[in-house]
Amino acid sequence: MAESKTTILNMGPHHPATHGVLRLVLELDGETIVKATPHIGHLHRGIEKIAENKNYHQIIPLTDRLDYTAASLNNLGYCMTVEKLIGVEVPKKAQYIRVIMSELARIMGHHLWLGSHALDIGAMTLIFYTFRDREMIMNINEELSGYRLTPSFLRFGGLAKDITPDFIKYVRDFVKWFPKAVDGYNSLLTDNIIWRKRTMGIGTISAEEALNYGMTGPSLRGSGIGYDIRKVLPYCSYDDFDFVVPIGDKGDVYDRYLVRMEEFKQSLHIIDQAIENLPEGPVKSDNPWVSNPEINEVSEDISALIRRFKIQSEGAKAPVGEVYHSVEGSKGELGFYLVGDGTAQPFRMKIRPPCFMLTSALPRLLEGHMLSDAISIIGSIDIVLGEIDR
Amino acid sequence: MIVEKINKSLPGLIEDQIWFRDELQIYVKKELFISFMKHLRYNEDFKFDLLLDVAGIDRFSIKPRFELVYILYSLEYNMRLIVKLKVDISDIVPSMTIFWKSANWPEREVYDLLGIKFSNHPDLRRILTWDNFEGHPLRKDFPLQGPDFNEKFNPDSIKVY
Repeated sequence: MAESKTTILNMGPHHPATHGVLRLVLELDGETIVKATPHIGHLHRGIEKIAENKNYHQIIPLTDRLDYTAASLNNLGYCMTVEKLIGVEVPKKAQYIRVIMSELARIMGHHLWLGSHALDIGAMTLIFYTFRDREMIMNINEELSGYRLTPSFLRFGGLAKDITPDFIKYVRDFVKWFPKAVDGYNSLLTDNIIWRKRTMGIGTISAEEALNYGMTGPSLRGSGIGYDIRKVLPYCSYDDFDFVVPIGDKGDVYDRYLVRMEEFKQSLHIIDQAIENLPEGPVKSDNPWVSNPEINEVSEDISALIRRFKIQSEGAKAPVGEVYHSVEGSKGELGFYLVGDGTAQPFRMKIRPPCFMLTSALPRLLEGHMLSDAISIIGSIDIVLGEIDR
Repeated sequence: MIVEKINKSLPGLIEDQIWFRDELQIYVKKELFISFMKHLRYNEDFKFDLLLDVAGIDRFSIKPRFELVYILYSLEYNMRLIVKLKVDISDIVPSMTIFWKSANWPEREVYDLLGIKFSNHPDLRRILTWDNFEGHPLRKDFPLQGPDFNEKFNPDSIKVY
């Protein structure tokens, strides 16, 4: 009987370096990975099925629970898809605040990525610094919406309420402070010889292959393709702002790291422009079918009362039709495909999570690498299982 | 514009087309689906090199029952295209993994949640639910509650040892 040379090793779902509940079955030849099979679904909550039985408005808090590290971005993607389906215009001020919120969420997502990625590889200090700065953004979220991690602050046609003067002050404080913090992260890692040896030349993927696997976001940009939806198909007045899309060239873990580190600065630059050029005006659309009348209006005007009651009890109705809309999430292209059937509930909601495709490329990325490099590769594509399993 | 391009290079493939909110959705004939997608992928005029997602919709009361939605993006021409295919419950759809590797997991998901089978798929297993799960949850006739949901709680049913 011929003896098998390979060993099967189970990694996860409770392994701390799998960033959630990813389970990998690794076939090892010595310490080299011959074949990797990801198993997902441990966090499957059936959000798409739940969404079919709720009205459009009730789905907003569910989308927070997709990529919980950058919740506002999911809100933005979902709300913009519904607005596209119903055909609602969003006022400029609301768009700018949405941009600020989503860029803050992107920084939050990158914070968690940087801290845990470095922690996985062995640089423990980083996570304390990133969580210190993440706390500042959570304070901003709390000031704005009352929630720290899952704001659910967006509504169809605008925002839940107007911003406060404190919000602007907090954001300005953050913009002032954060470049120093990024320099701090850089000084700890970028030129660190151990960090470079652990990340350079690991998990290399060429541009064509990355596209073929459907990789988007920083993981694709690390391979040298500047595909960023904020640039190629601008939404939510992103074309008002001046920013560059950083790209890498080799497509290894280190390049993906550098791309995200540059994105910290670019996001901050966008926030800076948005908060300084914040337009005046309403934060809610005046479309009578989706936006609630103000409470003082309700006490005086019977038609406003009826409208408020209709919107609260039935919800916004969408026409028959199907739309796809996507935003640039912190991990890649976050898309929503909505099928409206004339009622207040979606007939079908399909979420296109970026991490789903990134994880499907994991067998290719891990193949031929050492077991210890698996940790840095999983960290570098920045997956969140709440989004993969939905 | 793109419809004219498709009709010029591959006449008679488009079954139907819908413009909704400035986005084009085209229905493709089932027999010619593979050659159509191959054309979109490799032809110089289209070059849809990114398959963003494959979604399945259960229309339930309509025949054919299912619809598959392929969302494509072309980096070179910066355009998005939604290609749709009508599928019946017994149909086996050719897998798109031969052209885009990113079709692998979304097709598994469609198989898992809607029960549409794909031919030539490298690894057609359930993905979000477990292997011996019964039924397909995103079908409209999948029960929302378990069989014993409405039964009254009977304290005698608990055995105390």
